[in-house]
Amino acid sequence: MPKSAYEIDQQSESVERYIVVAWVDNEAGVLARIAGLFSGRGYNIESLAVAQVDDERNISRITIATNGTKQVVDQINAQLLKLIPVHKVATYPIDDTSIFRELALIKFVAESDTLKKAEQLCIDLNSIILDKTPKSFIAQYLGTRREVDSFIKKIKPLGAISISRSGALAMKKGPETVKDNKGKVL
Amino acid sequence: MIYKKKLALTYLKLDPVQTSVKFNLREKMTNQLTGAEIVFKALEEHGVEYIFGYPGGAVLPMYDQISKQKKIKHILVRHEQGAGHAAEGYARSSGKPGIILVTSGPGATNTVTALTDAYMDSVPLVCITGQVPTHLIGTDAFQECDTTGITRPCTKHNWLIKDVNKIAETVHKAFNIATTGRPGPVLIDIPKDIQFQKGVYKSSKEIEIDNKKKIINSDLTNIEKAVEMIVKSSKPIFYTGGGVINSGPEASKALRELVKLSGFPVTSTLQGLGAIPGDDHQFLGMLGMHGTYEANNAMHDCDLLINIGARFDDRITGRVDAFSPNSKKIHIDIDPSSINKIVKTDLSIVGDSLTVISEMITILKTKYSNFNSSNKEKISAWWSQIETWRKKKSLSYKKDKKLIMPQQAVEKLYELTKKQDTFITTEVGQHQMWAAQFYKFKEPNRWMTSGGLGTMGYGLPAAIGVQLAHPKKLVVDIAGEASILMNIQELSTAVQYRLPIKIFILNNQWMGMVRQWQELLHEKNYSESYTEALPDFVKLAEAYGAVGIRATNPNELDDKIEEMMKINKPVIFDCVVKKDENCFPMIPSGKPHNEMILGPDDEEEISEEGKVLV
Ligand SMILES: Cc1ncc(C[n+]2csc(CCOP(=O)(O)OP(=O)(O)O)c2C)c(N)n1
Ligand SMILES: [Mg+2]
Repeated sequence: MPKSAYEIDQQSESVERYIVVAWVDNEAGVLARIAGLFSGRGYNIESLAVAQVDDERNISRITIATNGTKQVVDQINAQLLKLIPVHKVATYPIDDTSIFRELALIKFVAESDTLKKAEQLCIDLNSIILDKTPKSFIAQYLGTRREVDSFIKKIKPLGAISISRSGALAMKKGPETVKDNKGKVL
Repeated sequence: MIYKKKLALTYLKLDPVQTSVKFNLREKMTNQLTGAEIVFKALEEHGVEYIFGYPGGAVLPMYDQISKQKKIKHILVRHEQGAGHAAEGYARSSGKPGIILVTSGPGATNTVTALTDAYMDSVPLVCITGQVPTHLIGTDAFQECDTTGITRPCTKHNWLIKDVNKIAETVHKAFNIATTGRPGPVLIDIPKDIQFQKGVYKSSKEIEIDNKKKIINSDLTNIEKAVEMIVKSSKPIFYTGGGVINSGPEASKALRELVKLSGFPVTSTLQGLGAIPGDDHQFLGMLGMHGTYEANNAMHDCDLLINIGARFDDRITGRVDAFSPNSKKIHIDIDPSSINKIVKTDLSIVGDSLTVISEMITILKTKYSNFNSSNKEKISAWWSQIETWRKKKSLSYKKDKKLIMPQQAVEKLYELTKKQDTFITTEVGQHQMWAAQFYKFKEPNRWMTSGGLGTMGYGLPAAIGVQLAHPKKLVVDIAGEASILMNIQELSTAVQYRLPIKIFILNNQWMGMVRQWQELLHEKNYSESYTEALPDFVKLAEAYGAVGIRATNPNELDDKIEEMMKINKPVIFDCVVKKDENCFPMIPSGKPHNEMILGPDDEEEISEEGKVLV
């Protein structure tokens, strides 16, 4: 039980990683509302991804990776639903009932020997080369967070000088989608 | 809170070109109004009687409107924080939203405390702020501040309006959001150029806002389950809060019926006082840090805790892991995020107090028609236990021949005013707790106090708002000498509008509550809690054009209170009380409910961990 001034037995519930997804009106200040809610209530944002997904209705989908106990994540869910521009919220525990993806772009600058080695390694590790000059190249890698981590660890010594990573995206496996879960009051 | 996305969506669909084409067409057909006129038309449509405000450069177009119309009266405060608390007092005593109008920059920042206060205590406010003209936003212009940024965490929602044609719709949405679900403050920031521009008015009927309360079946079955738990319990207690008050006077009536029907004991939070008559036998008094012995022990030992419209605040629970350890817990709240936030519940119902209580009564009457009689015996042992706790008389205090005891002053005030419909506001500190302990409220909406934020300086402006909503009634701000100085300037407002509020100061010369904590938790290190220089409150009242009365002796208390009540003007009553009295009972920080300190002879060591807590 979080958020009380008094000591609480937090050991009894384990802290896990979760993905929180919110469907929001794409309007000014909406990201600040969500980021402010997380910082104000002491929740963690590990990564964040936002983009409009419905041009007609102006809806953005915000995907946040966070960690906390089940109870904290339920609180995040309930607090997000209270925000006016938020339409619905889903929380996914990070397990194999859902798909998770992150994208990384990595720029290599090195002598031609090292560069060749690096390029070969990138190709072997299933990344795509997007730009190439005699002195540099840019590779794109797609995978789960852990896969991206391990990819970066392997290629880093070979002249990777700039790394850019996206936040995670997530989607439930199977035919189900998230239903509207907002504002039901008796 | 629930409002149709459709509204926002159809709205957002129009691209700017389309929008302007549409409005150009309309321009020819409909009357165009300035942004400021639109604001006032919308306020009128919502039946606004009073605006609490203060002018400045960025709101002058709106102030033009104030003198051009008659329906809405403007109350000129002396500080924008005062406007906020006055609007709160108006809202809490009338059930209608309170309206604030202030200028950009300092006008807006001065309202932040009041907005936060209203947010914490769920008070519906609509705050309209002026902003620098659109083209100057972001340039650090004179009196520019990021008002929506600053107030985002202390409002339910806020808007910066950039299109005059969105004003009407936004004001309608603002009223809807402020007053539905768990009420709270909202803010609309309007740049000066938008106030001048011409646009179209839309009435709230032309806008789709879904107000319908939806009934979810799972919550209906949960109400049945709750009633089942109620029928089965043998050591039950109702723990009710501000949610019952916010649900309207009907909810308090329904609660009284449910309490009567069940025969159960009931305790209330600070904000819930008045839902059950303070002198009702089934009422155990307030619970929590300065709650009664019987209320806190009953909470600790009960087997069923029925929370209606309260939020397990830390002033209530004390140590959470020792809070009501053996009970099943039912939580009824309109705000889903309150459920399982602090205390895990066995059964939760998301709903409005009135709806849920009424449903419970119906089920009890139809499904368990002999409950009322069968129940008496089942809970009789529980009641006799409660009576033994009651015998401790935890609110008792020793009277003094020469000095007025602060408790005695509140008790006297209650005795002498109880025959008339009296409204009480407070500041924050010991006097606030004594008011809660000794003033027995018969009806809801008679008690306005800053609970969640604990804002010193709340009571005087709040009393102004209350008096405006109830012109003929007696309104008393039970104050401390330190708190009252935080918004004393509003006495001038009370004088200007001939509002005969009574400011009843329990003057102990100390920030009594701070001194009490220093005595009990900081080895009597009375650092900066004594006010070396205080004004002469009688002269102060006179300087403002109010009346000053001073009482220093217990013998003169009755007469002087009666004198105060007869004066049809604002009064400061300087009640000089014993300086070092502590407010008991008290659950020290970090202790469970059944380890209260009852009085000065009962003080015990507070652990190191306890001292860290606030
Ligand atoms: C704006 C604000 N500042 C500080 C506090 C902390 N505080 C709580 S009670 C208190 C003392 C209040 O003194 P007084 O108004 O004389 O009331 P008393 O406790 O003596 O009855 C203080 C400083 C507060 N609640 N609000
Ligand atoms: Mg004092």
